[in-house]
Amino acid sequence: MTVTVPGTESTDTSGAAEAAGAAEALRPHAEDAFATELSALAAADDRPRPARWRLSPWAVATYLLGGTLPDGTVITPKYVGPRRIVEVAVTTLATDRALLLLGVPGTAKTWVSEHLAAAVSGDSTLLVQGTAGTPEEAIRYGWNYAQLLAHGPSRDALVPSPVMRAMADGMTARVEELTRVPADVQDTLITILSEKTLPIPELGAEVQAVRGFNLIATANDRDRGVNELSSALRRRFNTVVLPLPATPEDEVDIVSRRVAQIGRSLELPELPEGVEEIRRVVTVFRELRDGVTGDGRTKLKSPSGTLSTAEAISVVTGGLALAAHFGDGVLRSGDVAAGILGAVVRDPAADRVIWQEYLETVVREREGWKDFYRACREVTA
Amino acid sequence: MTGAPRARATGPLLLGVRHHGPGSARAVRAALEACPPRVVLIEGPPEADAIVGLAAEKDMRPPIALLAHAADDPGRAGFWPLAGFSPEWAAIQWALAHEVPVRFIDLPAANSLAMAAKKPPAAVPAPAGPSDPAGSPAPAGPHGPAVEPAPAAEPVPAGPADPATVSAEAAAPDPAGQPVPAVAHGPAAAPAGPANPPAPPAPPGPAGPADQADPGGQAAPVADQAARMRVDPLAVLSEAAGYDDPERWWEDVIEHRGTGGAEAFTAVAEAMEALRVEYGHGGHEDDAVREAHMRLRLREARREFGDEVAVVCGAWHVPALGERTTATADRKLLKGLPKVKTEISWVPWTHRRLARHSGYGAGITSPGWYDHLFHAPDRPVERWLTKVAGLLRDEDFAVSSAHVIEAVRLAETLAAMRGRPLAGLAETLDAVRAVMCDGSDVPIALVQDRLVVGDILGEVPESAPAVPLQRDLTRTQRSLRLKPEAPERELELDLRKETDAGRSRLLHRLRLLGVDWGTPVVSRGSTGTFRETWRLRWEPELAVRVAEAGVWGTTVLSAATAKAETEARSAKGLAEVTELAERCLLAGLSGALPVVMRSLADRAALDADVGHLAQALPALVRSVRYGDVRGTGTAALGEVAVGLAERILVGLLPACVGLDADGAAEMRRHMEAVHRAIALLSETETAGTETAGTAARTGTAARTGTETGVQPHTRTDLSTTDMSTTETRAAEPRAADGLRARWAAMLRNLAGRDGTPATPGLIRGRAARLLLDDGRLAEDEAARLMGLALSPGTQPPEAASWIEGFIGGSAGGGMLLVHDERLLGLVDRWLVSVPAEAFTDVLPLLRRTFSAYDTGVRRTLGELVRRGPAADGPTGVGGQGAPAAPGFGPGLDPDRAAAVVPTVRLLLGLDPAPHANDSMEAAR
Repeated sequence: MTVTVPGTESTDTSGAAEAAGAAEALRPHAEDAFATELSALAAADDRPRPARWRLSPWAVATYLLGGTLPDGTVITPKYVGPRRIVEVAVTTLATDRALLLLGVPGTAKTWVSEHLAAAVSGDSTLLVQGTAGTPEEAIRYGWNYAQLLAHGPSRDALVPSPVMRAMADGMTARVEELTRVPADVQDTLITILSEKTLPIPELGAEVQAVRGFNLIATANDRDRGVNELSSALRRRFNTVVLPLPATPEDEVDIVSRRVAQIGRSLELPELPEGVEEIRRVVTVFRELRDGVTGDGRTKLKSPSGTLSTAEAISVVTGGLALAAHFGDGVLRSGDVAAGILGAVVRDPAADRVIWQEYLETVVREREGWKDFYRACREVTA
Repeated sequence: MTGAPRARATGPLLLGVRHHGPGSARAVRAALEACPPRVVLIEGPPEADAIVGLAAEKDMRPPIALLAHAADDPGRAGFWPLAGFSPEWAAIQWALAHEVPVRFIDLPAANSLAMAAKKPPAAVPAPAGPSDPAGSPAPAGPHGPAVEPAPAAEPVPAGPADPATVSAEAAAPDPAGQPVPAVAHGPAAAPAGPANPPAPPAPPGPAGPADQADPGGQAAPVADQAARMRVDPLAVLSEAAGYDDPERWWEDVIEHRGTGGAEAFTAVAEAMEALRVEYGHGGHEDDAVREAHMRLRLREARREFGDEVAVVCGAWHVPALGERTTATADRKLLKGLPKVKTEISWVPWTHRRLARHSGYGAGITSPGWYDHLFHAPDRPVERWLTKVAGLLRDEDFAVSSAHVIEAVRLAETLAAMRGRPLAGLAETLDAVRAVMCDGSDVPIALVQDRLVVGDILGEVPESAPAVPLQRDLTRTQRSLRLKPEAPERELELDLRKETDAGRSRLLHRLRLLGVDWGTPVVSRGSTGTFRETWRLRWEPELAVRVAEAGVWGTTVLSAATAKAETEARSAKGLAEVTELAERCLLAGLSGALPVVMRSLADRAALDADVGHLAQALPALVRSVRYGDVRGTGTAALGEVAVGLAERILVGLLPACVGLDADGAAEMRRHMEAVHRAIALLSETETAGTETAGTAARTGTAARTGTETGVQPHTRTDLSTTDMSTTETRAAEPRAADGLRARWAAMLRNLAGRDGTPATPGLIRGRAARLLLDDGRLAEDEAARLMGLALSPGTQPPEAASWIEGFIGGSAGGGMLLVHDERLLGLVDRWLVSVPAEAFTDVLPLLRRTFSAYDTGVRRTLGELVRRGPAADGPTGVGGQGAPAAPGFGPGLDPDRAAAVVPTVRLLLGLDPAPHANDSMEAAR
C-alpha cells in the first residue's frame, strides 16, 4: 500500500513560477535555473526513458556535460570532467542501484547530485542533509505530535521524510554527506535500497517505492572522524569518485573565477595582476597533492591536508584581503605564503618536514620563484 | 576479387585479418574448417618455413615470436610476435593439425633487415623486459628500450651513438599491425595497416643521425618522412561509421560479432579495396615490394596446389593480392634488393610486450582481454567479470557474487547507453570500478595489469635454434680474448687498459643478467680503484642462463640495460636502487642510468625514513667521486646525491627526537656517514666544476680535479665556454658549499639542544664533536657544551651518553683520545675545572665511558695525563715553535724527527735519498 504524500507537486517548473522564483531566491534550484535547457532537451529527446524519468539517460548526460541540440539550443556544461564519470553515474540511476558520489571537498559532488536529480526527476529538493545529529526520522518518517496525541497513530499524524516522498512518487532522493550521519541511522537506508520498501510498524503499513525511485548520496572520502559505511550498505551503492580538476589550466580557471566572485561579494578591489600568484598557488597545491612536480620529474611526499581546489580558492581570497587591507593592493607572494603554510601543514610534525623538503628541493631551484621561496621561508621558520 | 570463401571457385581463399584480433582468429579457423585448403600461406618471413614445424610441439606455447636477426650482428633483429589469439597462430595450428603445409609469404627477413640496415643505424628493437611494470613510462635512454607510456605518437629519440644497441622501438600501436615491428636499425615505422600491416622494416630513407624511431605506427610519420601522412585505414573507416575511436569501431564491428563468418572477410576486403582506390598505397610505399613478393609466392603455391590455397594476411593487403599483375613485373620490383645473411628462431614472448605500452609496438592494449574473448566459450562479459572478481578476492577485496551480478548489469546498461552491441573492455572496467572497487582506481590498476594485459609468458621448445644473445656473447668473448673455461681461475684487471676495462664491463653485465661467470673477489695487494680481481669459472648451466637472459635483448649490452631498468623500476627499497646504480656504473650501462636515477630520486622522495636515505647516500657519493675511473658520466648521479643530501638535511632534526639507546647508536652511525659523504660531495662538486664543468656537458666524464689532475685541454675548453656555462659554474660551488654550511648549521642546532625535545645525548655529543673536528665550533664553546651536558642537572645516563658521543665510546673510542692531544686537553681542562664537590657526581659518568676502553688504552691515557700539560697555550696542534699539546715539549725536534724519515720513506716506497727539506715534509 502506498501512502499519498501531499506537497510533492509544489515545485512545478512552469516558466512563470521559475522566473519569479529565480528572481526572488538567492540561489534558485537547478531545475529552475536551467528550466529552458531542460525543456529543450525534453523536446529533442526521442530515446527511451526509464519509468518516471523526465529525460532519457543520454539526454541527462548531455544536460550535465553540455552540447548543442539539433534545434540549435546550446546546453551549457554543468560539470567539467571525464565523460565516463557522468555516463556511469546516469547509468547507475537507471538501474536499481543507488549512486554514491565520493570525492574530496570541492569536487562538485553536491552540484552534480543536484543537477542529476533535476534532470532525472525534475526536482532536486528531496534532500536530506547529513550531519552528526541527523536522526532516523530524517530518513524514514516523523510524527506530528499534536496530531498523534489528539487522534492516535494515523497516516495524518505521519510526517514523511524526503526519502519517503521520493519513494512514493518515484523520484530521485538525495542524501548529502552520508558519512557524517551516525552509523545506525545510515543503516536505515539498507531496507530502503535493497527491499525498496519502508515499513511503518506503528500503522502496520509500508511505503513501497514505485518505479523511478532512486537515491544519490554524496560523501567525503578524505575527511577524518566520519562514519564509514557498513559493507552491507556500501554494497547497495555504485560508487563514482569525482576527481580533482585534470589540468592546471582548468584549476587556475576555476580558482580565478571563484575568487573573482567571492572578491566581488567581499568588495575587494579587482586584481588582474594576481593571476600569476594564483597560478603559483594552484601549482603548489597540485604538486603536493599529486606527489609529483608539474614537469613529472621529481616525486614528492604528500601532506595530510586535502589541498582541494576549494582550499586554493580560500588561500587566494585570504591573500587578496591581506593585499587589499594591509599591502599595496597587489597580490604578492607574501600575501599567500602564510595561507599556503596553513593549508599544507595540518600535522605540525610530519607535514612541516614535507613542506620544508618541498621548499628546499623544488621551490628553491625554480626559475622566477625566488620571492615566493623567500616569503615561504619567512613564514615557515 | 575480394577474398570471400565463396570466391573459392575463382581463386584462392584470401583471409584478410586484423593482426592480434581474436574475432579474426575465430573467423579464420571457421573459414579453414569450412573449406579446407591444401596449403596455408601466412604473412611473415619465408625463412620461418623451416622452423614452423616447431609450432606443433607441445612445449611451444604462445605468446611467442619469430625472431630474425642478421647473422653477424644480433643487434639487428626483427620480431613477429604471435599470441594464442592471433589469426596467424590459429592458421598455423589448424594447418599443422591437418598436416597441411604452411608457408610464409612476406618479404624475406634477409631483405627487410638489409633494407633497414642501409639507413643510418637508429633503432634496433631491444624488447623491454618481460616483467616491465605495465604502463610505467620510461625515458628512452640511448640504450634503453623505449617504453612507451601511452599510445604516444611522440618520437623517441634514439641515441645515434651505438648502432648495435639502440632500442627505441618502433612501437607501432597500430590496431591491426602485428607481426610487425620487425624493425631493425630503422625508421621503424611499421607501415601498419589497419587490418593488416605486418609491417616489415620500414623502407630505407634518408634518416639523419638523430634518427627517431617511430613509436606511433600507423598514422605517425616515419622518422624522416615526417611530412608525409600515412593513411590509417581503420581510422578512416571508423570515422565514416561515426566512431571517434578506431579500435572500438573494429571491436564493435568485427571482434564482438562472434565468428563473423565469410561475410566479414568479404566486407572488410571490400572496404579495404575502396580505401586503396581512394588513397593508393596510403603512405605505405614499401608495401609494393612486399606485396609483389606475396603475389609471387601465391602464384608459386597455386601452380603447385591449384586454387585450394588459403592466404592469411593483413586485410590491407587483400586487394593487392588479387591485383592482376604479371609475374615479370613483380620480379622486377624485387630485383636488386639488398640482402643480409639472417638467422631465424622462435623466442618466448609475453603479453606485456604485446601490449603497446610496454614498448613493443605489436599494437594492442589489451592482450589479456583478447585472450579471454578468444578462449571464452560463451557469455564473455559474465566470465570476464567473474575472473576480475576472482582476482580481487585473491587480493583480499571483499567481492561477492552479488557484486558480479551488479557489475554485469551495469556494464550492459552502459553499453546500451553508449550504443554498443556488447559491453566492451571500457564498459566492464567502468562497471568494476563503480561496483567492486568503490570508485577507486587502485584495484583497477591491478586488474589492468594482471588481467587486461596479463602475465602470460610464452614457451619455446628446447630444439629451437640458439638465441642471438649467445652469439653476441661469443663474439664479445672472442674480441676481448676471454675464453669460457671450466677450471676456476683468477683474473686481474687493470681498468686503465682498454681491453681490461672491456672485460670488466662484460663480467659486470653478465652478473646483472644472472650469468655468474665471474665473481669479484677482494683484490690482493693493491687497493687502487683501477684494479679489479675476478674469479672465473664457466659452468655448462651458464649457457641455459644465457638463453634465459635472451628475453631481455639480443646483445649483452641491450639485455643488461633492459634488465637493469626493469629492476630499477621494481626495486623495493632505496638501498637496492643505490646498489643497482653502482652496478650500472661498473657495467658501463650508461643507457640504463637515467631510469635508475629516476627511480632512485623517486624512492628517495617517498622514503620518509632518514635512516634509509642516510644508508643510500654514502654509496652514491662514492659513485660520484670514484665512478669516473671508467669514464662514465656521473653528472646525473651528482644531482641525485645532492637531492638526497637535501632531504636528509631537512629530515634529520625531527628524526633525532625520542630515540632509544639502540636507535640513537644507529642514528649516530648514519650521522657520521652522512657527514663524511657531504664533505666528499661538496669537495667533488667544487673540484668538478673547476676542472671539468664543460667536460660533463660534452659527454665525457666529469673528472674530479684531485683524481685525474687538471688536464691542459680542459683548461682550453673552459676558456671558450660561453657565458651561460660560466654562470652555471659560478653557481654550482656555491650550492655545494651551501649544502655543507647548512649541514653544519644543522649539527650546531643538534649540539645546542638541551634535552627538549628529547634528543639523545649520544647524538648531541657526536654533533658537537663533528663540528669541533671541522673547526666550526670554538674550543671554549665545546667546553661549555661539555659542561652543560655533564652538569648535575642532567640525568646521569644522558650525560654518560653525551660524553660517549663526544669522545667516542666503546673499545675503539679510546685510541682517538690517546692520539688527539687537543681532544684530550679539552676533556682534561674541563675535568680540572669541575669544582671539588661536583667532581664526585661526574666521576661515575666518566667511569662508565672510560671503563669500556681497553686496559692498554686506559694506561696510556693515564700516563699522558700524568705527564700533564707541558705548555700553557690552549691550541697546541704541533706547529713548529708553537706551544705543544699537553704531554709534549714545545716545538719539534728536527733531529729526532729526521731519524724516522728513512723508515717512512721505505714504507712509502719513495726515493731512498732524501733531501733535508723532504725529510722535514715527510716527518710532518
